[in-house]
Order: sequence, then C-alpha cells, then structure tokens
Amino acid sequence: MSFSVPPALEAELVELATHYPQKRSASLMFLHALQEHFGFISREAVEWVAQRLGLQPINVYELVTFYPMFRQEPLGKTHIKVCRTLSCALAGSGELRDHFCKKLGLDPHHHTPQTTSDGKFTVEFVECLASCGTAPVVMVNEDLKEKVSATDADRILAEGGSR
Amino acid sequence: MPEQYKLILKHADSPGYTPDIECYQRHGGYESLKKALATSSRTLPDGKVQSSQEVVRDEVLKSGLRGRGGAGFSAGLKWSFVDRRSGKPIYLICNADESEPGTFKDRQILHKDPHQLVEGMIISCWANDVKLAYIYIRGEMPKGAKLLNQALKEARAKGFLGKNILGTGYDLEIHVHRGAGAYICGEETGLIESLEGKRAYPRIKPPYFPAVLGLYMSPTIVNNVETLCHVKHIVAMGSAEYAKLGTPNNTGTRIVSLSGDVMKPGYFEIEVGKVTLGQLIFEPNFGGGLRPGRSLKAIIPGGSSSKVLKAGEVFKLNRKGADGQMTKVDVPLLDLPYDFDSLQGAGTMSGSGAIIVLDDTRSMVDSLANLSAFYAHESCGQCTPCREGSLWLSKGLHRLEHGEGRKADADYLTHIAQNIQGRTICAFGEAASWPVLSFVKKFRDEFEARGAADEAARAKGSGSAKVPHS
Ligand SMILES: Cc1cc2nc3c(=O)[nH]c(=O)nc-3n(C[C@H](O)[C@H](O)[C@H](O)COP(=O)(O)O)c2cc1C
Ligand code: SF4
Ligand code: FES
Repeated sequence: MSFSVPPALEAELVELATHYPQKRSASLMFLHALQEHFGFISREAVEWVAQRLGLQPINVYELVTFYPMFRQEPLGKTHIKVCRTLSCALAGSGELRDHFCKKLGLDPHHHTPQTTSDGKFTVEFVECLASCGTAPVVMVNEDLKEKVSATDADRILAEGGSR
Repeated sequence: MPEQYKLILKHADSPGYTPDIECYQRHGGYESLKKALATSSRTLPDGKVQSSQEVVRDEVLKSGLRGRGGAGFSAGLKWSFVDRRSGKPIYLICNADESEPGTFKDRQILHKDPHQLVEGMIISCWANDVKLAYIYIRGEMPKGAKLLNQALKEARAKGFLGKNILGTGYDLEIHVHRGAGAYICGEETGLIESLEGKRAYPRIKPPYFPAVLGLYMSPTIVNNVETLCHVKHIVAMGSAEYAKLGTPNNTGTRIVSLSGDVMKPGYFEIEVGKVTLGQLIFEPNFGGGLRPGRSLKAIIPGGSSSKVLKAGEVFKLNRKGADGQMTKVDVPLLDLPYDFDSLQGAGTMSGSGAIIVLDDTRSMVDSLANLSAFYAHESCGQCTPCREGSLWLSKGLHRLEHGEGRKADADYLTHIAQNIQGRTICAFGEAASWPVLSFVKKFRDEFEARGAADEAARAKGSGSAKVPHS
C-alpha cells in the first residue's frame, strides 16, 4: 500500500504546526490527524511525521508506543471502548464488556483490544472516561454512550453491523 | 436543607442554552473581559503603584481561589511565583485532561459552556502578560476539542481573541492541543512534556517548577478548567463579594462529582464547605441516599487517589471558637464539611472534588484491585519504585481477588506502597500508594480474612492449584 497524504490534509497539518513556537510540539496532533485519516499509524506515517517536523523517526515512534490511543494496526469500523475503572465497574462494566465479547465471538478473558475477523468491530477496556456519574459508559468511535444497558449494547452492535 | 449554588454551572443545563457565542453573550458573556481590560491602575497606601494587570492578579489572590485540579493551591499565589524578569515569554496552559477516576466536572464546562472557559482564560492571560496559551484536552473528548476550536474561532471573529483585543493593543492566541489517552498527562510537568511533543514523563522539581522552567523552559502557568472559569467570576463580582461564597480559606463554589453506590449520581455545584459529605450523599436534592436496604461502607472523597474514609469514623478537627481560640472537636464522617481543609484534617483530601461511594455489598479487596490496576496501567515508568511497585500492587491484589491470596498479603501490600510514596519524581507515586495504604489500614480484617480463606482452601486442597509467590 503506498502512503500518500492528501493535499487538503497536508495543508491542515502545515497550519497546525504554526500553532507552536517549536514544531516538535505538533507531533501528537499530527498523529491524531493521520490516525483519523488512515485508521492507524503505519511505519510510513511515523517517518512522514518525523520528516515534516524535523525529527528522527524514533522521536515519533516512541509516542505511538507510549500513548494508548495510538495504534499500529487497523481496528474494526466500530471501535467500542468500555470503561473499566471503579465507578463503571460498580455499575457492571465488566459484565457489559463480556456481553460485547460474547455476542461478537471474542474472548472475554483477553484484555487487550480485540477485533472481529470480519473487521467490523474492535472491543477494548479503557480507563476512566470522565463520565462516572452516568456509569457504565462506553465510547463508540467518537460518541460517548452513557448508562449503557445490555439492550443498548445490542443496539450498538446492530448499528455497527450495518456500517 | 442545603442547596446547590450555581455560579459556574449557572446556565450550562438550562433548557435552550447552547455552546455558541451568541447564546453566551445573551447571558452576559465577555462582559467580564471588558471589565478586566478597563481596570485602572491604582496607588496603594504605601505609595506603590499597581498596574491594571497587577490589580486583577491581586483580586484573584484576595478572592482566596484555590486550584480545582487536585492540590487546592492558591491560584493567586501560584501566579505570583511566575518569573516575570526572565525576558522569556510567559505561557498559560489550561489543564483539561480530566482523568482522575471519579471526576467528570470539567467535561460539563467544556461541552456545555466552552466560552466561559475561554473568557476566563483570556482574562487570566491578560493579567499575566501571556501572549500564547494552550488548552490541553484529553484525547477521549474529541467533541470537546471541536467545540473549543469553534469557540476560539467565534471569539477571534468578535475581536475577543487574536491581535489587538478589543482595541487595547493586547495580542493573545489560544490553541487546542489533544492528549492521547495517558492519565499522567494530567500531572502538570508531564502535560508540559506532552505539549512539547514528547512522552509525558513528569519533570523533577526542583528545578523544573513550571512558574520558572515550564513550557519550552519558560515561565508557565498551569491551571485547571474550573479554576480558570472562577477567574471570570472574581472579576465580575469583585474579590470581596466572591470571598463571601463558601467558607473562610475555602472560598467560592466547586463542582462535586458524585458516583458509585448512590441513588442519584451526578455533579453538584456547592459553596465550598457549606454542605457536608453526608448531605451530598443522602439529601434528596443531592445523591438521594443509597439503594434500598444498603448501608454505607466507605467513601473515596476526592478522586481515586485520595485516602478512603470508613463509615463510622470520627475525626478530630481544629475549630476556631467564638473567642478566636483553636480547639479540637470531634466530627463524624458524615458531618465533615466538603472543603479543602476539613478533608485534609480528616487525613485525606478533597482532590479533584470527586466522591465515590461504596455500600455494604462491596468488597474492599475487589474495589482496591480495580483501582490498583488503573495505577499499574498508567505509571509512566520513569521511576523504579512507581513502575515496579504499582505493578506488584496490582498483581498482589489480582491474586487476592481471584482466590490465590495469603493472610500476609495485607502486610505485603502495605510494605510495597510505603516504598513508593515519597520516592518518586511526581505525585503519581502517592496517588498509587494512598488508596492501598488507607484501604488496607482501615479494612485490614477484610484483607486478612480473604487471604486466610484462600490459605485454608489450599490446605484442604480444594483451592486453586497455583501456589502464589511474591
Ligand atoms: C498523577 C496526577 C494527575 C493529575 N491529573 C490532573 C487532571 O486530570 N486535571 C487537572 O486539572 N489536574 C490534574 N493534576 C494536578 C496538576 O498537576 C496541577 O496541579 C493542576 O492542573 C493545577 O491546576 P489548579 O492549580 O488550577 O488546580 C494531576 C496531578 C497528578 C499528580
Ligand atoms: S512517580 Fe510514576 S508516574 Fe510519576 S514520574 Fe515516576 S514513574 Fe512516572
Ligand atoms: S469510571 Fe467509568 S467513566 Fe469514570
């Protein structure tokens, strides 16, 4: 697969870099933009960011491995992040994640992100999403879903299935 | 019965209130900025002349405003530490990383009333000669980041931001910077490293106090979202009026995040110290009490990093009597006023203002295991005691949670936690240790009973085949 950044995105990134007195600061925002566009951060993306910001690839790669939101392989079209932390756990987020996993044929005992073989869904446990008052909460791609019941979970799966 | 006092959240939840600038201005938005910019300089009784910016900084100091991000440090004092003679630019960063488990108050402001934060920031920047500022928002709030960008764009279009703000000659730019899922970015020096495009490894203090050697090794102010919003209201009301809200040394209002085992979890804005922990949990206009048939077991009072409080505890607090003398009085847990000093007096902290309630159906072992897994996942890994210790704690608790514990685990966990706190670069070390130390100390019976039961089961051969080792 050849790696090419569309001109509109590139222009956006050039503008972004002007937000900082030192270009290196823009690396997180660059990675976000590239991940949004390509779905994950490839080796080429790392090299591209490094080259644009005057860095060594390792300076960028070490960000990809440090920050949990960056990923090095494509994930499912519907990315389900279930909050694992205390208030959500008290409200049943463990059972909720198991429910997602079972319905999708994934292993509930497996704790890192898991993607279905048809590439439609990824399920993962994440830490507190700052919405503990409406526990249990789940992020479905960019949307926060609050007080998620098993019925809500099935609806999320039905919507994702047709995506 | 105590009521909420809505200063910051006055409009956020009103029907029809939208996050755009027109709506904000219809509700008096940006009038405080105009007022701040029109402040005149003044001559103090000792003949010293204060510039208009110094007057506003002085107002913030006199208001008694304490940081709402966790440490409760005086905002005015923090601003006074800024090195103004270095010749380097001064930066301001709004900490919108909101990631302390239990906390969901900044989220409300960011998503429902972003202009309030922007106005508070512009005033704070102007008062501190800041020309470039950032909002560091956690990566998991993509909508919040979009709303903020839109708000900044609207503010620029109206001349509240950018070059020559409202014709005063003052220039300021504010940009949004997104984090990417690491809790340690909430720690201010980790945040600064992250904003510089690096791994969020906190810096050692001294020498790297942000006020002197912060962003790009320049003087930097880091304040929480809620703290910066209060600045707007201090300017609007005047410090004397503002300081009448709340209680002495604990002025103003604060948004409390309440979650866990209550009937009505949610966020409540209160005058600091005017409402007790018991009222927050049990009054119908706050948490509404516990589920039917349940009783209170424990309260985590200020975010997951604060030391847990046990139902029935009584604390000895300092109280100033009518004669001005300090005396010690007994205050039961539920009568603790929710403020910085009372919680500190009770051996814990109000931290980020997040209360997590545990009822009698909950296991303290399992709850602590959940929290320790969080800290094990989030340690940045720079300091050996924190990197290794947080993992050992989590593994030890995982064992205990899954039937492979030992009676001695209570001591084992305490020993590890004691060897983390005070031995690390940043306060994450304490954040990871305090829950363990307090849970085990206050609920030791439960930890030992669980371990002893596992040992007995193994002795009978009916337990797990795995022999735990440390
Ligand atoms: C591990 C750790 C995590 C923190 N997370 C946050 C956070 O998410 N938001 C925040 O405002 N402050 C957080 N803080 C506190 C900041 O370091 C800093 O004190 C605060 O942003 C200062 O703002 P304030 O004075 O207005 O409270 C954290 C501190 C530590 C040690
Ligand atoms: S205490 Fe922990 S989180 Fe803080 S710098 Fe050390 S390793 Fe990192
Ligand atoms: S614990 Fe799940 S959102 Fe905070």
